[in-house]
Amino acid sequence: MSNTLNLARETLLSPAGIDDQHLQRIMNRLMSSRLDAADLYFQYSRQESWVLDDGIIKEGNFNLEQGAGLRAISGEKTGFAYTEDLHLENLLEAASCAHAITQAGQSGRIAVTGRESREILYPSLNPLESLPDAQKIDLLKQLDAAARAADPRVKQVTVNLVANQDTILVMDNQGHLAADLRPLILCYVNVIVEENGRREQAGTGGGCRGPLTWFLEDDRALGYAREAVRQALVNLEAIDTPAGAMTVVLGPGWPGILLHEAVGHGLEGDFNRKGLSAFSGRIGEKVASPLCTVVDDGTLPGRRGSLTVDDEGTPASNTVLIENGILKGYMQDKLNARLMGMAPTGNGRRESYACLPLPRMTNTYMLPGEHEPEEIIRSVKKGLYAVNFAGGQVDITSGKFVFSLSEAYLIEDGKITAPVKGATLIGNGPEVLTRVSMLGNDLALDQGVGTCGKDGQSVPVGVGQPTMKVDEITVGGTAV
Amino acid sequence: MSRSIEQLESMVADLLAEARKQGASAAEAAVSSSAGLSLTVRLSEVETVEHTRDQGLSITVYFGKRKGSANTTDLKPAALREAVNKACTIARYTSEDDCAGLADPDLLARDYPDLDLYHPWNIDTERAKELALKAEQAARDHDRRISNSEGATLNTQSGSFIYGNSHGFVGGYPTTRHSLSCVVLAQDGDSMQRDYWYDSRRDWHELLSPDAIGRKAAANAVAKLNARKLGTCQAPVIFRADIAPHLLHSLTGALRGHAQYRQSSFLLDSLQQEIFPNWVSIQEDPHIPKGLSSAPFDNQGVATRPKNIIRDGVIQTYLLDSYSACKLNMKSTGNAGGVRNLAITTGDLSLEQMLREMGKGLLVTELMGQGVNAVTGDYSRGAAGFWVENGEIQYPVEEITIAGNLKDMYRQLLAVGSDTDIPGSTHTGSWWVEQMTIAGN
Repeated sequence: MSNTLNLARETLLSPAGIDDQHLQRIMNRLMSSRLDAADLYFQYSRQESWVLDDGIIKEGNFNLEQGAGLRAISGEKTGFAYTEDLHLENLLEAASCAHAITQAGQSGRIAVTGRESREILYPSLNPLESLPDAQKIDLLKQLDAAARAADPRVKQVTVNLVANQDTILVMDNQGHLAADLRPLILCYVNVIVEENGRREQAGTGGGCRGPLTWFLEDDRALGYAREAVRQALVNLEAIDTPAGAMTVVLGPGWPGILLHEAVGHGLEGDFNRKGLSAFSGRIGEKVASPLCTVVDDGTLPGRRGSLTVDDEGTPASNTVLIENGILKGYMQDKLNARLMGMAPTGNGRRESYACLPLPRMTNTYMLPGEHEPEEIIRSVKKGLYAVNFAGGQVDITSGKFVFSLSEAYLIEDGKITAPVKGATLIGNGPEVLTRVSMLGNDLALDQGVGTCGKDGQSVPVGVGQPTMKVDEITVGGTAV
Repeated sequence: MSRSIEQLESMVADLLAEARKQGASAAEAAVSSSAGLSLTVRLSEVETVEHTRDQGLSITVYFGKRKGSANTTDLKPAALREAVNKACTIARYTSEDDCAGLADPDLLARDYPDLDLYHPWNIDTERAKELALKAEQAARDHDRRISNSEGATLNTQSGSFIYGNSHGFVGGYPTTRHSLSCVVLAQDGDSMQRDYWYDSRRDWHELLSPDAIGRKAAANAVAKLNARKLGTCQAPVIFRADIAPHLLHSLTGALRGHAQYRQSSFLLDSLQQEIFPNWVSIQEDPHIPKGLSSAPFDNQGVATRPKNIIRDGVIQTYLLDSYSACKLNMKSTGNAGGVRNLAITTGDLSLEQMLREMGKGLLVTELMGQGVNAVTGDYSRGAAGFWVENGEIQYPVEEITIAGNLKDMYRQLLAVGSDTDIPGSTHTGSWWVEQMTIAGN
């Protein structure tokens, strides 16, 4: 039995006195012959966050969350109950509630077995203890000082430092146990700059599944402070954004939000099984230019969106969504995979034990092309070069998506010229990638700050792409 | 079952005592507990039945002018002690902050009104299923172009919370919230659209009927079919009443004390400035009986009170908690935790009359994305709605953006409609803004 599994048992089950026989009893209460599937999900999560604002360490918070979610599935029906109190009685009661989705009960016997974990993708460490408290405080102060030293126009600096350790243990109705110990760290710097009465803001940061010392390597976090100031100063010079349809060149890395919104959500299994997505029933069809290959890869070591196993115990995988422009596959959890006659892809994720799992993205990115980024810029007579984004949203049914620019420039006669103010890009998911006419050889993944929301549940994700030229997107500026 | 008020009160007392024992000079704590049912049907079958049961506590300790805080969902005595201990450890590392501390004792709600927020609904899954099915069926029967459904959900929650601090304040009360929603898809040829409607109430007797919710969801989805894009232009814009609250929330966000003292507001140092036409007044009334956002005291125990935020177009107050009040040398306005129940002056024109008066322009019924810059007021968001000419809706539009600056949009507010029949805690009709930039093809 793997080390991860033992650690998860010690953290989650031992303190409440839950042993394998108890797990069997709970599962027997939850499961009956009329059910197709059931699972027990235990979670213990600790988070510590620090905020430096206005030059002082203003806030510190410790957050402890623990509980168990119990799910029973019959056909397309799901019964669900959860409890914060992990004692056997409460778990049995929750099992009865969740089980009530079907009428009669008849139980078989199961044997609890630990599943061999595949190679784990991140260290089993507790990031809260990966740096002494005094050094966390020093780091925040250094970033504040670095941002203020970078330029006298910096008026306000906020730094957030977050460390989270999530321990999960899931048992399916076959008695298979799977566990994951997930560290997650985040550092974010926000600045406000002022010049001649004009104020602008910008923020940047990074994170990974690793120890807080990661921020100290190669002065990584100091880089966030300098980068936030650089972006804010660019915004001080920004002119009104032109409005209307135009050629847009997206920079590498974080602009991959485009993929997440424009095609990613529309390729999640639940929407497609129910026929709600603009991509429903389109596997095998051309949905992008032949230049485009898009994958969802939960197996990248240490990445924010990566998972050794998902929240249903399925190992994460590298799923090809679009290959050379052709729609290849969907992202699946167990429920939707079963109902669609497909295999689970390790995309069953939940915000916590108190939420039902849903098919969700992990790290979604586009493979690189062959052009030098400079070549792509040079090919544009008049357009927009969009480098940084504040976030996006999609209506998966109509396919319409938006995302908000936080750093962008005009391209005039093949050259990057004036910076323009924040504006919104809007497009149609199934169409936008068909207009991709050039791809850079500079694939980059984002720095690890992405959070995706669906049905009110937030999960950490990653995105990435090379420099990408889209022949036409509508840009929501003010200048006509 | 959720825990009783008495249980929560004794937990808060224990927490405050533990904080004192661990050396804190002051402390505040909140404990909450709720239970409920959320049931979704889809295509006439039950899809999910969720039994919810949430609890949590938060504690903030002060050692002089330094503070630390902790939260936990585990309410066993050992976890309570650990939470207090963690908060105290954190307070060793935070900085001396002159404004850190509990709210001014004189402002605490010593005697507060019962706002009638507790109306438990003893509903079983069978009855919940029946109501959700009714809503979805009404939507599917409404129009033959309703082709698919994302489902109808009935949600009922009942809970209690207690807040206490070491000034001796202890307050709390039970609340309920019930809602019914429906999301359906309409299809016509290649055009597929989704839309929804919902209602949410403290008292379940007041919920809009399942029929009405289903029909409205269906009508909304069907109306969007075969939407077109628009050419890039400048035109008047009407924000339909159900999305108009976004514009009010951008305003209250800019007036929050936090945004003011951090100089991150597009309405910086704006007290007594005229930012709306003089016929506009905006009030906050936290004491509306059964109000969705009603509360007799704020998150720090400060008594809330009805007040004018805008009077005759002029800003009357910032929205302050005790920390930001201290930073600005003012007094808390009872807005720790936000604003509660906003209302704007409405006119006599119905939405139809407003469209007729406008003649030609855009009716926006949906906004997408985060394109509001709180520091500059620059506004650029994805939108969908209807193109209006000769005072009447001509066709649905989508894949466009609307852009401007919030300061201009507020100044150019021409009318607020009488169509105030929207769910939620905000009282407003549709907003007619003189001109914005529309980007399309």
